[in-house]
Amino acid sequence: MKKFSKPAWLSGKTAVIGIPYLWLAVCSLVPFLLVLKISFGEMDASGPFGTLTSYVDGVLSLKIKLTNYIYLAMDDLYIIAYLNSIRYAALTTLMCLLIGYPFAYFMARASQSRRNVLMMLVMLPFWTSFLLRIYAWKGMLSNNGVINNFLMSVGAIDAPIHMMNTEFSLMIGMVYSYLPFMILPLFTNLSKLDVRFIEAAADLGSTPWSTFWRVTVPLSKSGIIAGSMLVFIPCVGEFVIPDLLGGPSTIMIGHVMWDEFFSNVDWPMASTVTVVVILGVLIPMGILNKYQSEEEQKL
Amino acid sequence: MNAYRWFGRSWLAMGYFFLYIPIIMLVVYSFNSSSQDMVWRGFTLHWYEALTGDDEIIAGFFLSLKVATLAATCSVVLGTFTAYVLTNYRRFKGRALFKGMASAPLVMPEVIIGLSLLLMLVGMENAVGFPPRGLMTLVFGHTVLGVAYSAVVIESRLKEISKSLSEAAMDLGCKPFQVFFLVTLPNISQALVSAWLLTFTLSLDDVVVSAFLTGPGYSTMPIVIFSRARLGLDPRVNTVAAITIAVVSVAVVLSSLHMARTERRRQKEISAAFKH
Amino acid sequence: MALTESIKSSVATNTQDKPFLQINNLIKEFGDNRVVKNVSVNINKGEIFALLGSSGCGKSTLLRMLAGFETPTSGEILLDGKNIINDAPYHRPINMMFQSYALFPHLTVWDNIAFGLRREGMAKDEIADRVEKMLALVQLDSFGKRKPHQLSGGQQQRVALARSLAKRPQLLLLDEPLAALDKKLRERTQLELVNIIEQVGVTCVMVTHDQEEAMAMASRIAVMSDGVILQIGKPNDVYETPNCRFVADFIGSVNMFNGAVEVDEPDHVVIRTPECTHYVGHGITGTPGMAVSVAIRPEKISVSADKPAQEHNYVYGEVIELAYLGSYTVYHLKLLSGMIIKANVSNTSRHGAFHPKWGDKLFAHWEDDAMVVLTR
Repeated sequence: MKKFSKPAWLSGKTAVIGIPYLWLAVCSLVPFLLVLKISFGEMDASGPFGTLTSYVDGVLSLKIKLTNYIYLAMDDLYIIAYLNSIRYAALTTLMCLLIGYPFAYFMARASQSRRNVLMMLVMLPFWTSFLLRIYAWKGMLSNNGVINNFLMSVGAIDAPIHMMNTEFSLMIGMVYSYLPFMILPLFTNLSKLDVRFIEAAADLGSTPWSTFWRVTVPLSKSGIIAGSMLVFIPCVGEFVIPDLLGGPSTIMIGHVMWDEFFSNVDWPMASTVTVVVILGVLIPMGILNKYQSEEEQKL
Repeated sequence: MNAYRWFGRSWLAMGYFFLYIPIIMLVVYSFNSSSQDMVWRGFTLHWYEALTGDDEIIAGFFLSLKVATLAATCSVVLGTFTAYVLTNYRRFKGRALFKGMASAPLVMPEVIIGLSLLLMLVGMENAVGFPPRGLMTLVFGHTVLGVAYSAVVIESRLKEISKSLSEAAMDLGCKPFQVFFLVTLPNISQALVSAWLLTFTLSLDDVVVSAFLTGPGYSTMPIVIFSRARLGLDPRVNTVAAITIAVVSVAVVLSSLHMARTERRRQKEISAAFKH
Repeated sequence: MALTESIKSSVATNTQDKPFLQINNLIKEFGDNRVVKNVSVNINKGEIFALLGSSGCGKSTLLRMLAGFETPTSGEILLDGKNIINDAPYHRPINMMFQSYALFPHLTVWDNIAFGLRREGMAKDEIADRVEKMLALVQLDSFGKRKPHQLSGGQQQRVALARSLAKRPQLLLLDEPLAALDKKLRERTQLELVNIIEQVGVTCVMVTHDQEEAMAMASRIAVMSDGVILQIGKPNDVYETPNCRFVADFIGSVNMFNGAVEVDEPDHVVIRTPECTHYVGHGITGTPGMAVSVAIRPEKISVSADKPAQEHNYVYGEVIELAYLGSYTVYHLKLLSGMIIKANVSNTSRHGAFHPKWGDKLFAHWEDDAMVVLTR
């Protein structure tokens, strides 16, 4: 019996996969490998692209300097910045969840036509410039900003409350920017929730409060996780918000990388920080990916 | 039940208030005649006038527009490739890596993306003297981001299309290439438009990656705004904000109405068919 | 109906020198899983051939291999003498009507039908002419400008049929053609479909899990299970003369008695089963003592309150279930051995006197020629 190889008309497949693969390799893989390489080197007169390998006397030797990594581990600045980033990202995620979940819930309960309007109203700020909206908060929270002026003009306070460049202003900016990212997946998930589950629970004697915690929340688990990941992961590396609204006490890792690169012009150091952050991101991303593929298997 | 509904309504109201209050404030204060602070000193169109003479912002605006258009178009093309591969080829060597790389820009902090891309571009420049940093590198960086987002949008639409449509097309005489252009493309056209608009907006608004990848003389509008915002409050920024908000609002409202109307018409046609 | 019957039977018996479609030793494996196991079938020009089987038996895979969407692991498919195994779907003179219809949502009915013709490079006026003819064939003359979502399910199906016939293919494939329709529509569509196909005269292979559909529409049926074809034959043959227990059980209902051959003569056999003695009025190839099954269709069984006159071919039991289905009643009788048999009794008179009820004890009996003896 003759066995058949793949029919000829399927060979265009290689080209179709090849093109995006090449693109992705150039965008993600090559830069990452380069950054990795640079992190092992040091900044010298010719730039950071010193060679790792040298061929001397017929012997190939690999020169990897872990100096940068050791420095990273030992210097307080970096460790504090990392911890800060994770802390603020976690807080932001939590706040977005607490504010966003009821929001998405009540949106999903509205009638079909109202739902579309409500959705549109949430999306509108999203389409408006992110930068401008952060700038707006600067205008609101500054010493000579709207809130302080308003309170002073009605006589509630004598001197402006110092709100800018604090943890408070940072958190407001973060939560404000990332709230739509939490609301969106939650809303999608909750609006698809079959009302009959809730009816069944009620039929079996569950109170609304109990139904909420025992039926609705567990069923919206994938939405919660998706929203949390969409908020937490980018938050860790946020730069613009801490820069405009944060202060010296709220140093985050994005800022550190920026400074190392632009201010200190220490590219290998910046690369080192980058590598560590990438690895720190890869793990939550791996969890998210695994979770998503598990969900897809179930369908 | 009433308390429950009241709770819901007030939560939504407070939420929307929180979302919109800065936006409203931006617009209102663009008409404020004070230049130093946020005290209301009187209505004026002075800042809008000043905007017309503000070369830096205007140049930045047109540059951003150019970059965004190019980046969005490239993103949609490459994103379609990526989405197509992810949807139709379930098993090939290195698929996991492909998928990971495709979704990486979505979760990576922009500082990392900007930094690593810049290092690569500098390395390239050192080695082959190309490309110079400016328009091309900006478009490149924005496309990297854009491909990831448009791939998500397009993939979700591609998944909805039944596989038997392309099989039917082949059965009727279409070669695979033709199937894509004659059958697949027309049916994902709306997703392509959404992806284009999404990546266009992202590019128009991007700060960090642009800051890393730009060259001398190529300040995009967000970069200009960012540097000004760092220094303090500038009412001209408010005017830019007001104009942006106006344009976006009109666009969003119009498209929502249009989509709602198309959907209603479609439902009517489907139910009419059942009467026969 | 009679005309269709005569057409069908004449086509079925008109086997030419070389069958139009020859499937030889076709095997399909997905990894370690062998889904189609060495299938060989010959199909004649102009006949409607049904592949009947439950889901997972490999019939859809077989159909897709004919269309070109799956590549066989080995074997050959000869269409009019030419091996088409290496041909891409768009090079084969074969068209398929999909279960989901797969109408292009972005094209009108007219464009849907014209789609395949345009790919051929047909002249514009020829295309127009052909499309009009197709619309007339399926009686959707004025629907050309509509889009698929503006059509009902039955109308969509007719467009799908028109589209698959537009190119005048040498072979038409139907994938569960009536699965998406509700019962009433299904019965009417069965006949319409057959009429159109025969009017066009195209050879047709259809796949279905509905044995009523296969029996009503096809001139020959192949019963498939677990990747293998168990029996091929006319509906009548497959129903009345199944060649194995599976086929007997799959098509319609059947009562299966298991026992052994007691007497083996050229013109009759006697088989003893725990329930009764079966006197079969024809000879079988077998030996005394051989283990066999006796299959009897429920409609061949009559019931009575009194003991029948015959010596063999009857049983005695209690009515444990009865279902009044309008044109006939199904009685479930529990026999002394514990076996439950089904008997279909036609309601031939409107107010007949004989109305057994639950718990009644009845005799069930049948003729010498009502039984099929099965050895596998």
